[in-house]
Amino acid sequence: MSEQAGTLLELTGITKRFPGVLALDDVDFELRHGEVHVLFGENGAGKSTLINVISGTFAQDKGRFVFRGEEVRHLTPHKARVMGISPVFQEFSLVPDMTVDENLFLGRERARFTLLNKRAMRATARQIIAELGFDLDPTRKVGTLSRAHQQMVEIAKALLTDVKLLILDEPTASLTEAETTKLFALIDKLRAQGVGIIYVSHRMGEIKQVADRITVLRDGRKIATVAADSVSDTELVELMAGRKIDVLFPRIDHRPGERLLDVRDLTLVSGAVREVSFHARAGEITGIAGLVGCGKSELVRAVFGLEPIAGGSVSLFDKEVSSFDPLAMLRAGVCYFPSDRVAEGLALARPIRENVSMAALDLPGFARGQVLRRTEERRAVQEIADRLKLRPAQIEPAVGRLSGGNRQKVVLGRGLSRDIRVFLFDEPTVGIDVGAKLEVYELMKVLLDLGAAIVLVSSELPEVLNLSNRVYVMHRSRMVAELTGADINEPAVLACFFREEPAAAAA
Amino acid sequence: MSATTLDSSRAARGRHGWLANALRKIGFLPALLIVLVGLLVAFEPRFMGTFNLFNVLRNSSALMIVASGQMLVLVVGGFDLSVGAVIALTSVVTAKAMAVTLEAAPDDVSTAILFGVLAGMACGFVTGLVNGACVAFLRISPFMVTLGTSSIATGVALLLTNGIPVYGMPDAFVKEFGRAIWFGLPMPVYVSVAVLALVWFMQRQTTVGRYIHAIGGNMQAAMVSGVNTNFYLILAYTLCGMLASLTSILLTARLGSGQATMSGNLMLESIAAGVIAGVSLRGGVGRVEMVALSALFLSILTNAMNLLKINSKIQTIFMGVIVVAAVALDEFAKRRSRDARGR
Repeated sequence: MSEQAGTLLELTGITKRFPGVLALDDVDFELRHGEVHVLFGENGAGKSTLINVISGTFAQDKGRFVFRGEEVRHLTPHKARVMGISPVFQEFSLVPDMTVDENLFLGRERARFTLLNKRAMRATARQIIAELGFDLDPTRKVGTLSRAHQQMVEIAKALLTDVKLLILDEPTASLTEAETTKLFALIDKLRAQGVGIIYVSHRMGEIKQVADRITVLRDGRKIATVAADSVSDTELVELMAGRKIDVLFPRIDHRPGERLLDVRDLTLVSGAVREVSFHARAGEITGIAGLVGCGKSELVRAVFGLEPIAGGSVSLFDKEVSSFDPLAMLRAGVCYFPSDRVAEGLALARPIRENVSMAALDLPGFARGQVLRRTEERRAVQEIADRLKLRPAQIEPAVGRLSGGNRQKVVLGRGLSRDIRVFLFDEPTVGIDVGAKLEVYELMKVLLDLGAAIVLVSSELPEVLNLSNRVYVMHRSRMVAELTGADINEPAVLACFFREEPAAAAA
Repeated sequence: MSATTLDSSRAARGRHGWLANALRKIGFLPALLIVLVGLLVAFEPRFMGTFNLFNVLRNSSALMIVASGQMLVLVVGGFDLSVGAVIALTSVVTAKAMAVTLEAAPDDVSTAILFGVLAGMACGFVTGLVNGACVAFLRISPFMVTLGTSSIATGVALLLTNGIPVYGMPDAFVKEFGRAIWFGLPMPVYVSVAVLALVWFMQRQTTVGRYIHAIGGNMQAAMVSGVNTNFYLILAYTLCGMLASLTSILLTARLGSGQATMSGNLMLESIAAGVIAGVSLRGGVGRVEMVALSALFLSILTNAMNLLKINSKIQTIFMGVIVVAAVALDEFAKRRSRDARGR
């Protein structure tokens, strides 16, 4: 405890170059014992590279790495863990086909001459899970767990050894409010024990809640390190973006018109959605709020024909939809933007142009019969790229080389490549930075002015509350409320969850 | 296929009848095996003949050993197309090495055997090492690497022999080892049981097995967890090569000559055995006991087709159909269980 005030980790002049990019440029970073130090910056600012250097995944090209007063060279992930540096990655470091306890001990099994001591490992796993207060069964296969539970496994894995430095990379991205509260309590406990914590997050609210100090990165350079209580949200965002950002949410004028989408008593084969009804009108944003895993994402996926439907009906432009498949929906003027952009949205190795035009190649503007009209395609896609303020405004680089925010724009560009009236957004801003978020919101505004109907599904409450004209609340596969006007506020939405809580506790 | 998750089997129990329940309790593959053997015993008296049974046991032993090696490579997320060529090369090299040493010192039979076996095992070791190193360090796809080494090994085997069988192995090696009956069963049965037990132990009870599964399940995760992924990748390929060599030595000892054309269909069959046993082609999943069962199943099936005098060319076609069907079924089951899980 005497070390409490001392320096745990000191990085000086860290430089890391990847082919074509200078990911980190002469970055200094200091972490003290018992401190929560937030890394803040846009996507591509160098946060991930920095935590990867600290956890031994990448070696820095230049710079000094001093941990607990000793200079460290040739760090590997294994060496880092042995020294007490435990990263909790955003890209999960778990093996889906292995059980929870097998994953917890991966790489540091209790073993004698490679012979495993399974009983001891299972017992320790149970103990640590109980200590953390997580609701986890050590014998379950990780692949069968929800994202939130996988996140818990990831955290438990990091805490299994005698941890001195904990790295949390957007740990709350897939956690519910209750689980987040638990995590923050845990962070406080570790902080009291003198553990240094590096915390990466985009969420202003939680940054202010947990941080002692904040280091802002931009374009691979350290911009500033500030004490959390001496800086305002606006200042932080300005440091990050390097320009003035006035509002986090644009003012949107809703002019509700005709009903374009009408869903009645929709039930899915998987049971993730039960008897849900809602409608969306032209000229307004219809928000769907709910906790992670409540079925809101499955709902819009089903409308687009991605989840098998067991019952209920969907009407588009007053006509009942008979066959649910994405191509038919696109032709009818409905577009879905998936939350998992890498897995479902984009062909990373292909150029931006092809990714944007992918959903429109059946249109005469893009192809005559099966023969592509390349010039037309290039012109149309370039126009869309300009409208989306893609930076740099080139359409030939592979999508895999773009940052998160730009990738999202490419996905959105697909919706602009044909005549779409109904836009289904599934977590449109997850994992993208404030600047890019704002651009996504601005785009929604433009779409509304063009007479589109937007359905916004989001786990980020402020986003739904600030952008929507009407908000539906889903809870445990059912629609529990529709809020309009002044009723759209956080307490009202939260009340919908808590009203159901006794039933949940009984289940 | 048998590795359906608990959840999905529970969900299914409500929907299907007793037959499905029984199937799930025993597992699909064992049930299929029982049905096949039952049919053969009932309708084909020749099946139960000692000569025929020994034949089936010998064939299945060989397949079990190659397939358990193949499984290790499948589990790390690759596959090994070179096992057939390694078997051919090992056969030739073993026979040649024994013949040459025996010629130099005709009295020292045991040295000749030892030398021949070591030279044979070295073939699998080196090929496996090269396969593994190319996959691990050069990041070449396993398909291309093993296709290449397969061609190389086949070429070397043919070059050494000009396609003529190699004779001149000690009698003791052929009669007292290769064609031996120990305690009423052909010798390869004991070797295969020992190999299966060792692989099972390694897979279940040691860190080696755990790391091999972790690498196939999620390479990135294994790496950031501090597992030396390159080492275990190479180990898997090397073990696979050596098990192929071991199979070859058993077959060569039984035949009494080294042949560059010996492997037959073993490469495809070893992959088929893995897939039928539910080993995932994406890596991470596979149990050696199931692989052993499916090797037995394939051997009995081949034997049944022979007894029914089905044209060997048709048998080759049939084997191809089985492989594709098994992969398709596996994929189908996976999708079902994913849907059933839902949220």
